[in-house]
Parts: sequence; structure tokens; C-alpha cells
Amino acid sequence: MRFTSVIRVALRALRRNTMRSMLTALGIIIGVGAVITMVSIGNGAKAQVEAQVASLGQNIISVFPGSFSSGGMRGGYGSAPTLTPEDADAIMAEVEDVDAVSPEVRDRNQVLANGLNWNTNVNGEGPDYAMIRNWRLVSGAMFTDQDVKSLSKVCVIGKTVVDQLFPNEDPIGQSLRIRNLPFRIIGVLDVKGFSLFGSDQDDVVIIPYTSHMRRVSRRTSISMIQIQASGPEKLDKVKQDIEDLLTQRRKGREPDFTVRTQEEIAAAATQTSKTMTLLLGAIAGVSLVVGGIGIMNIMLVSVTERTREIGIRLAIGAHGRDVLTQFLIEAILLSSFGGIIGVTLGIGASELVSYYNGWPVLVSTSSVVIAVAFSAAVGVFFGFYPARKAAQLDPIDALRYE
Amino acid sequence: MAPVVHIADIHKIYESGEVPVHAVRGVSLDIHKGEFVALMGASGSGKSTLMNLLGCLDRPTRGTYLLDGIDIDKLDRNELADLRNQKLGFVFQGFNLLARTTALENVELPMLYGRHRRHSSAEVRDRAMHCLDIVGLSDRSDHFPNQLSGGQQQRVAIARGLVNQPHVLLADEPTGNLDSRTSIEVMGVFQKLNEQGITIVMVTHELDIARFCKRNLILRDGVVVRDEPTHDRSIAEEALGLLHQAEAAAKLTHAPAA
Repeated sequence: MRFTSVIRVALRALRRNTMRSMLTALGIIIGVGAVITMVSIGNGAKAQVEAQVASLGQNIISVFPGSFSSGGMRGGYGSAPTLTPEDADAIMAEVEDVDAVSPEVRDRNQVLANGLNWNTNVNGEGPDYAMIRNWRLVSGAMFTDQDVKSLSKVCVIGKTVVDQLFPNEDPIGQSLRIRNLPFRIIGVLDVKGFSLFGSDQDDVVIIPYTSHMRRVSRRTSISMIQIQASGPEKLDKVKQDIEDLLTQRRKGREPDFTVRTQEEIAAAATQTSKTMTLLLGAIAGVSLVVGGIGIMNIMLVSVTERTREIGIRLAIGAHGRDVLTQFLIEAILLSSFGGIIGVTLGIGASELVSYYNGWPVLVSTSSVVIAVAFSAAVGVFFGFYPARKAAQLDPIDALRYE
Repeated sequence: MAPVVHIADIHKIYESGEVPVHAVRGVSLDIHKGEFVALMGASGSGKSTLMNLLGCLDRPTRGTYLLDGIDIDKLDRNELADLRNQKLGFVFQGFNLLARTTALENVELPMLYGRHRRHSSAEVRDRAMHCLDIVGLSDRSDHFPNQLSGGQQQRVAIARGLVNQPHVLLADEPTGNLDSRTSIEVMGVFQKLNEQGITIVMVTHELDIARFCKRNLILRDGVVVRDEPTHDRSIAEEALGLLHQAEAAAKLTHAPAA
């Protein structure tokens, strides 16, 4: 049979039972729609995580203090006060391919200004911190090496702090008080949004780490060291060199620090969303298979119903292959039709989810192509058995069938 | 001239049941071009089996069947389908038209298969229209089967049987589902086709229908028990004329009462 007439015959057969065809296609519509929506949500989550990872800065290596233990109780990473600013200086001085190093001291404090107060993160950092984090300032400037050396009482603040303490004015040049010490505001940071772990990165006051250690927290150890390597291909070597250097500086004591590259952090963070995408996709895939079984069911009913028609066609000269093609095309049309509607519906549902829940949603071309191709494949796969059953009918029996 | 149908000592045994059924037990038969054969017999006489064999829908268990000189036994399933498509036309008792498919498209159907599939759609349409014209239904070409009377449906089926210019037109109880008047009309169509040189073989169990044919074959228990030319052959036009008169007379008798 010629292809156009095959298509025409198949369309007519589907139109003959419009309701049934639509319900059958609904299985595929839901399946494809679900796959696209779920994968879009998963991809959106992954993209968000990746954006957050990128917001950490580029080619970052972090050194955390090790765990401390006392009397059998073991603290987690970062609990031991073993990392010092000297470690940071040593890394900067001795490890090759290191662009910048910033020691970091973290603390939460009540901050006062302008007659208002606000509990926020007060972080002590090095002057290169903003550069390492790829964090621009909207106004003013970062403090300098000189400020660090002289324990200056200057600070750079995030957007959230500006909103809370200086709602209607320019904070530059004004001062805020931390533990009753006045710090002059010399810069305002650009909006960075939420971190990988859900905290508001803009809710921060950054001061020189030396000022932090001597004037604010009075600590002798630092919370972590941020290091920027000169290129992504150097990360592993720099990490190794840092580990070697710090081990050497510990002079044979147990290593009491942990070195992580950004990629490791990113891998851990994206792993979750990857798993989620896979899981959602798999669940949606199951519904696509169920839809396919629906098609098979209906095609089997259709073959039985149209046994006489098949008999007539075989008697007047149709080959088994002609009948097979006819039913297969019918199944493929049904599932592709469902697939196309499903794509539209899936994209629409993705947009709705992102509109009402504010989740980022990313409809990927590949998921659309795969879903449509898969739905057509479902048509072939689940249409083949009924079609072959039709093609193998004996014309005499088929003609006699009531 | 070689016969269109040549059957020599053909047997058909069905092995599917518990006991093998010997439906056709050695039939030999030659049918020449232009013949109009009625195949008669009681139910169970093997006439349907013989018809299936003639129609290449089934293969004989034993014996030879040459259709237009071609040995059926040597052909596979697809070659048999092509042979049916090219050399045979089928007319069934239950019409067997495709539902929700117009008369014209039903007639086009055989041209969608076999070697005709390369014809252009215009060509296919013209040929189907021509065949509908032959059976006098060209004005109903866009009607669906459920919009046609039984006789009209059977004429569409005949047109479908003719469309590939078959060597033999096989009709299995073509008047079985029709009233006597429509039966005669359909037989009229067959007679007209036969006059144009088309070979027709039909199965029937009605004696008066068989009398429209030229040759009567009687089957009993799987063998041919009688094979003779039709005596006192009926001509459809005359029979219709008689029927008209009878109906007119019936109306006359009813007229005063009404």
C-alpha cells in the first residue's frame, strides 16, 4: 500500500473510535507530560545548584580544621582550633599556582547602626576574599592589606544588612558597631543570593580577619582558609601541595585539617539533584510504559474487532506485511499524537510549576526529543504484537469471524 | 484454449478436530473462459471448501490446481495473495464492505495492494468509478455502506471484485442475504458481466438462482455428483419483468379494498 493511503486508513480507523483513541492517547500524554515536567524540575534544580556552586568563585580550594576529640567525644570537621593565619601565609608563600589566599573567621554578632540592630554573620576575611569569591561591590571598595596589617576597624557589608540597618540611605562612610566597636563602612557587596546550603549570603558584615581575631572574637585560630588556584587543571596538584605543606608544618602530628576542592563540593551538591532528576524521570517513565500497555490493549481489541476487515484485505491481496504496517502505523500515530500533546502539556506544566512555586524549571530540548522518540518507540514496541497477530490471521477464519 | 481453472483429483482433509474431516474427496474440474458456473450442494457437501480452494484462500491437501496455468502448490503466502489480487475477484454472502468507508474507496481497495500499488490516485479513482458505473452505482460513489440497501452493497462488492480485471469472479452465496427481487437484480448484473466475457463461479443453494447460470455443478459428500449445462435458463430481465407484472397484479387486487 502506498504510504499516504496507509496514513489515511490509520487516521480513519482512529477517528472511528474518537473517544477510545483519545483515552488511549491520554496514557501517553500523561506519561510524556510527566517525563518532561519531572525532568524539567530536576534540571532546574541542578542548574540552580550549579549556579550556586559557580557563585562560590572559580578554582577554589578550602582548608577546614580537623575534628577535635576530648575524652572519647569526637567533634566534627572544623571543631578543632588548629588552623592559624600562619598556615594561610605559608600556603601563599610556598605553594605554586596559588593566586590568592584568604583566611576566614566566622562569627555571629549583634550589629548596631542608625538606631537599629540586627543579628548577622560577622566574617573576618583577607583583602582578596571578594576576588576569590568573584563577588563584586556595588559601591565603595574592599579593604586592603594595609587594613589587615593595622587591624583597621573597617567593614564591607551585604545587601541584607544594608536593607536592615540603612533602609533609606547610602551606608558608605557611615559606621556600625560590633561589640561596641565602631566599624566604618567602606563598601557594599553585590547581591549574591542564597548559598548551596540555603543560607542568605548577603546577610554578612566582612571585616579584616586580623581585626576579627584581635578585636571582635578574640580567637587565635581561624575557621577556614579559602585558596584560589590559577586554573582548573591545577586544582589537584595545588590541593596535594597544600596537604603536603600543612602536614609538614604539623611536624609528624596527626593531620588535623581537611582540604576540599570546589569540584568535590559541587559534585556532592549536584549529586542530590541528579539523583532526584533520575528518580523523577524514572517514575514518569513508568507511567509512559503504562501508557504503552494501554495502547497495546486497545490495539489488541481493535484487531479483534476488525478481524473481518483484516480478512477482506487479506483475501483481496494484502500481504501480511501490509496488515502489519497498517496496525503498526496506527499504534505509532496514536502514541506520537499523544507524545506531541504530552510535550505541550509537559512544557505548560513546567511553566506553571515555576510560576506558582517559584522553582527554577529548565525544559531541555533533549528531554523533549527523548520523550517524543520514546513515545513513538512505545507505539512500535507495544503496537508490534497486536499488528503481528493481525498479519498472521488466516483469511478464511478472519472472513468467517463474527 | 487452456482452461482458466484446472483442477485434477483435488482433496481437502481438515486435521484440526479430533477426527480428520475429508471435506473434498477427489474433485476434477475444468472451467473455461466465459463460463458461468453455479456450484450447488447441501450444507456440508464441501462446496464452501471447494470455493476456498478455488479462491486460493486455502491449499488442497492433495491434487493439482492450475489457475490460469499457474500451479498454486508452488506459491508462498504472499505470492498467493498477489495471485488473488490479480487473477480473482471475490463477492461474499455478507457483502464484506469496509464500514465507514465510501463505496468508491471500497472499490479502490484491491488497487491499494499487489502490483497496482504504483498507480496514481487519479488512475485508481477513475478505474473504481468505471466499475461502479458497470454495476449502475456511479451516483452513489460517496455513500457509506450503511447508507446503501443490501442489493446496492452487493453491487459495490461486485464492483470491487471487478476492479482488477480478474480472470475469474468468485461469488460465495452472493444472494444469500438478499430478498428475491434484489437477488434477481444482482443475478442480472452477473449475467451482464458474463455476456461481456467475464468468467463467474458462484456458490448457491437456491435452485432458482442457479438457473441464472450456464452450468450447474452439484456436490455431495465432497464429490461432484452432477455437472451439466443449465436447462431452461432464466434471464434476469425476463424474471424481473414477470415479477413486475405479479406485483402490479397484487396491487390491482388490493386496489378496490383500499
